[in-house]
Amino acid sequence: MIIFLKKFGIWLAAVLICVVLPLIFRSGFSISLLSQMGIAIIFALSYNMLLGQGGMLSFGHAVYYGLGGFLAMHALNRIGAGTLPIPIELLPLVGGVAGVLAGLVFGWLSTARASTTFALISLGIGELIAASALMLPSFFGGEQGIIGDRVVKLTITGFRFGKQIEVYYLIAVWMLICVALMYLLTQTPLGRVANAVRDNPERAAFIGYAPRTVRTLQFTLAAFFAGAAGGLFAINYEIITAETVGAQASGSVLMMTYIGGVGHFFGPILGAILITFMQLSLAGVTHAWLLYFGLLFVGMVMWAPNGLSGIIMVHEPVWKARLMKRLLPAYGLIALPCLIMFLGAMILIEINYHLSLSINPENPMHLLGITFRAQSPVAWGLSLVMMVAGFFFFRKARSVVQERWSEVSQTLKGGLTR
Amino acid sequence: MLEYIIFSLLNSLVLGMLLFMLSSGLTLIFSMMGVLNFAHASFYMLGAYFGYQISTAIGFWPALIIAPPLVGLFGALVERYGLRNVHKYGHVAELLFTVGLAFIIEEGVNLIWGRNAVTYPIPKLLDFPIFTLFNTEFSAYRMFMLFISVAIFIALYWILTRTRIGLIIQAALTHPQMVNALGHNVPAVFMLVFGGGSALAGLAGVIGGIFLVTEPAMAATLGPIVFVVIVVGGMGSLTGAFVASLLLAAIQTFAVGIEYSLSDLLALVGIRAEVGGILKDLWRIQLSHTGPILPYLFMVLILMFRPKGLMGKRET
Repeated sequence: MIIFLKKFGIWLAAVLICVVLPLIFRSGFSISLLSQMGIAIIFALSYNMLLGQGGMLSFGHAVYYGLGGFLAMHALNRIGAGTLPIPIELLPLVGGVAGVLAGLVFGWLSTARASTTFALISLGIGELIAASALMLPSFFGGEQGIIGDRVVKLTITGFRFGKQIEVYYLIAVWMLICVALMYLLTQTPLGRVANAVRDNPERAAFIGYAPRTVRTLQFTLAAFFAGAAGGLFAINYEIITAETVGAQASGSVLMMTYIGGVGHFFGPILGAILITFMQLSLAGVTHAWLLYFGLLFVGMVMWAPNGLSGIIMVHEPVWKARLMKRLLPAYGLIALPCLIMFLGAMILIEINYHLSLSINPENPMHLLGITFRAQSPVAWGLSLVMMVAGFFFFRKARSVVQERWSEVSQTLKGGLTR
Repeated sequence: MLEYIIFSLLNSLVLGMLLFMLSSGLTLIFSMMGVLNFAHASFYMLGAYFGYQISTAIGFWPALIIAPPLVGLFGALVERYGLRNVHKYGHVAELLFTVGLAFIIEEGVNLIWGRNAVTYPIPKLLDFPIFTLFNTEFSAYRMFMLFISVAIFIALYWILTRTRIGLIIQAALTHPQMVNALGHNVPAVFMLVFGGGSALAGLAGVIGGIFLVTEPAMAATLGPIVFVVIVVGGMGSLTGAFVASLLLAAIQTFAVGIEYSLSDLLALVGIRAEVGGILKDLWRIQLSHTGPILPYLFMVLILMFRPKGLMGKRET
């Protein structure tokens, strides 16, 4: 029993969380947020099959997501009309098949080399598909996209999927299946060889694995999951536009995955949850959320290239050695100047957005419950002072953190040698 | 017909030289540092907005002088304090840094100048037709653009082949370690090239912002095209970038005027295609509407079949 729990406990917990969450957060907003998170998790994990596990930096992964979504939407309309006998619960498979077909063709064409060539080909294919989406209105629906109706007669579970909560559970089930499959894939020989090809294609070729074949297989499988996520997108929104195949969708999945961390399997899950939450909640609060998003991304690239999961995993040995209490005070010390710096930057950004976007900039603006005029020198001065002072104390606090870290790692190493 | 050909040629020359100003810096940066700079078109956009801001304050001519060095300075700072720190995490991190930077610059421009296009007019001095041919006018401003870009082309060629710093840059393109070992400050050369490339992009922005349009999306529209240019020309090859700039500009300019579709082509050889189904539009697209996809198609084909590009010496 204990062994069973140790091995499958995390999966049981995941199932439990998926079941319980919508019962705790019952509002319509949270249910649709959770649904989107589920879709984003599949999409981001499928992206990490390329970037993290295969070493292929793609700028066009949304192509497979979008094509999967479009094909699923066409299939949904056929199902509704009664000409296609597929139950709606299996619609993501249709999207996945679309992903596989497109992934097989484009994957074979683009995986002869990894690195920059691959990145550029993926960018080119992405732009090609995005531009042709507007030229082929009978498949992509032109500017307004195509719509569908997910309430159809043909189901196997008996649910009609009229309510969002039913759609949520459908997404959750598919999400769990896809996550488990993608995890198992990392354990297969293919997954291991993909890692080998990522790290050293020449040696992989010498031991008998053609890098291009391995990359193509990995790419096609990633495209399958992206397509399945696209199929769920079609069910969830009942509308799909050419934007889903576009550069912005590709960029956003790249950022999700990278912010979550590409080095660990659970990284993209964290990234997908965090970024989807930011997208939905921040977008309602401030116009500048894309800017904060970009700053977060660049900050992660510069200071935490292993992402959130990397930050967490670095602390695992410290946690196990019960040394966290030595680090936490230093973290508290550095959090304060970071917060001050961020607040200063935020005031400056919000003032500028108020000046450039509001109807009448003379009107007072509201920020954090304070009302003031955007032109007031006090606000400008305060934000600049906060940024400069924050940066000064940040440098000081950073050296304290570094000192503590070297102490802790000394102790850890000492523990090993003793 | 002759009129169409001559004016298309002239316009593609203007656009092509503008593209060269952008792609020359990008291709040098790539071959030196191995970094594909996604923010390069953002420097072009910054140039346009700086030019607009300065020319509304003190006029176009000072803007033409002041704005490019400002952008160049910004670029050098980005290299020194951003890119150099990220270098230790490898090429993917460097590339993603520039992607994020492009994102931030676009949002920053939104923040300061708003989401709509700004009115950045042709300077008074150049706002007249310089000659009229077959009843079509050719504006003096386009002639001026052509003049500036040719001057830059000559200056760049002279600096890279005839001056000491140019020789060091050329050497650092292929053998950075050796140049370093000979006692040259290679990181400083990198910063100089990055700053110089950004300044060129800024200059392209100052004059191109008037010619095209000055809006927050301008970087995202032009950026991929510049990539296509350096890929087609061959990474690191200035001559290749020059040829590819003119070629791509010509393709884009000429495609606009040709109104044939696949079904017309088939009709020419005697097949009358009456195709239905979900992809029926494919047969009816006129060549003039394919302008946006032609460069990418070209790039993907080149990368697959000749990854060195037209004149490059090494694969990407």
